[in-house]
Amino acid sequence: MNPPDPHNSDESPGVPGFRTWRDVYLFVFVFFVLVVALLAIFSRYFA
Amino acid sequence: MNALDWFVLLGTMLGIAAYGTWRTRHTDNLNTYLKGNRNTGWLTIGLSVMATQASTITYLSLPGQAYENGMAFIQNYFGLPLALIIVCVVFLPIYRKLGVYTAYEYLGKRFDAKTRLLGASLFLLQRGLQAGITIYAPAIILSTVLGWRLDLTIIFTGLLVIIYTVTGGSAAVNLTQKWQMAVIMGGMITAFVVLLSKLPAGALHIAGAMGKLQAVDFTPDLKRRYTFWSGVLGGLFLSLSYFGTDQSQVQRYIGGAALREGRLGLMFNAVFKIPMQFFIVMLGAMLFVFYQFEPATPVFFNQTEWRHHVEGPQGAAFKAIDEQYAVLHADQQSKIRAWVAARDHGDVAEESAARNAMAEAQKASDALRQKARDTLKSVDPNAQVKDSDYVFITFILTQLPHGVVGLLIAVMFASALSSKAGELNALGTTSTIDLWRHFRPLAAHDEARNVRNAKWFTALWGLFAIGFALYVSSAENLIEGLNIVASIFYPALLGVFVVAFFLKRVGGSAVFLAALAAQALVLALFFLGKAYPSHEIGYLWLNPIGVGACVIFSVVFQMIFGDRAKTQPDPI
Repeated sequence: MNPPDPHNSDESPGVPGFRTWRDVYLFVFVFFVLVVALLAIFSRYFA
Repeated sequence: MNALDWFVLLGTMLGIAAYGTWRTRHTDNLNTYLKGNRNTGWLTIGLSVMATQASTITYLSLPGQAYENGMAFIQNYFGLPLALIIVCVVFLPIYRKLGVYTAYEYLGKRFDAKTRLLGASLFLLQRGLQAGITIYAPAIILSTVLGWRLDLTIIFTGLLVIIYTVTGGSAAVNLTQKWQMAVIMGGMITAFVVLLSKLPAGALHIAGAMGKLQAVDFTPDLKRRYTFWSGVLGGLFLSLSYFGTDQSQVQRYIGGAALREGRLGLMFNAVFKIPMQFFIVMLGAMLFVFYQFEPATPVFFNQTEWRHHVEGPQGAAFKAIDEQYAVLHADQQSKIRAWVAARDHGDVAEESAARNAMAEAQKASDALRQKARDTLKSVDPNAQVKDSDYVFITFILTQLPHGVVGLLIAVMFASALSSKAGELNALGTTSTIDLWRHFRPLAAHDEARNVRNAKWFTALWGLFAIGFALYVSSAENLIEGLNIVASIFYPALLGVFVVAFFLKRVGGSAVFLAALAAQALVLALFFLGKAYPSHEIGYLWLNPIGVGACVIFSVVFQMIFGDRAKTQPDPI
């Protein structure tokens, strides 16, 4: 087995506007919900 | 294809392969060979994950799927962003913390050697066979339409990917996949722009009225293959299996300078995967509109196969179908124009009548296409009657300018090479780490020997894939069979990982037996569905059922066996 990763702490995501990984996951989840909602509206509009 | 197309195709493919080989020619460190460079950034990881998942079938077949059945297939990806969040939170930190080369090493550490071997064997079995299909599927289509020899196309593609994957390992795979993705994106966007320039006004409304833009279906029906519910639930488990436990994906994101790089690479995919797939199915829906107005639309898109029969002894029947289709196609076009005019007038009754007439014309056209397939099958029972894979390639070869044709053929080869490279890299790594080192523990500390063996295993799997692809060409129904096998074997494997992560009290023997029992249950459900089609459930549902069964069986077996189910972790 390879030596364990020494930098495995829950480090900051280093992305502007996101202080923690929880913020990043929340953004991705909200984005997903938005995309599905837009697809549903798209389907209905062009039905 | 003319000289310019060949120049673009060969220049792109050989250029990327040569660049990857040259840049990584001195990769002799085991960690770099198996995990890639330590300074690999998140974008490279993200593109590498995307390139491994999206094979040529994605770019060649998906537009055809949307042409035929509309955009509903996109729901297959609804579970993916949620699965990637779970992988980031649970799987990735543990893999990084333990410093494993393969996902199955973790199973050995958590349970015992036999569970690790079970996980690695399940992966090698299904991925090893799929590696042959990854070469074969695009080769059969490209060789058919371009008139190339199938065996030479398979051998050339296979050897090219073996060379740079063996030479540079994971580092070369990451590097080449980044450039291959650039070619793929550039080519697909170019094709889309050209297609848009050829569409009539109101193309989206036409596609919508003809039922091609239904992207989301909330119907709670287990028998429907793609719905919002099967996509979110079944797709979640399928994506968790693929991204969390399949070494061809795990290997792409466990490298990198820090945990952050892998996480951001996966989040990149979580955000862009559905929009990317939307773009591809939209391309298919727009191809449908384009071919409603294209006078030379064929009744059957695999024209090589069709012409072979038109010129054969039963040619009269095929010519008659061609003539009937030309009449129906013209009629359908006039009905579509009438609907567009009625819609523009704003008269609801007129619009409704025109829409019904258009739907009737489409039904008649679809019925004749089915008759064409049936006729083909009756004349030649071995004929390939699924022509949707040939829709996009027909558009590429007949509608795009020279140079762009070469670029789009390069897209197809780049996607075949990039997904194949990820697979070979993972197969070589798992064979070395989980099998060879397990049976030769004393050699585990000889780094040079490990790298040498990883190279040999990678090459052997590559040659096996070429041999299998050449064999498949004489037994084509295996393709469908293998795709089903892949979706059957994932749930038990994911179930083992779920138990490993969340049920700390369950031991090795309990989970080992539970995995076998869950596998038996999934197989039983699958075969019962085939025996009694009226009760068959969509295959995506096998994923949550298999995972749930493995978890429940593990708990039950642990209660029965007690401490006897606890085994010694694998020391290697």
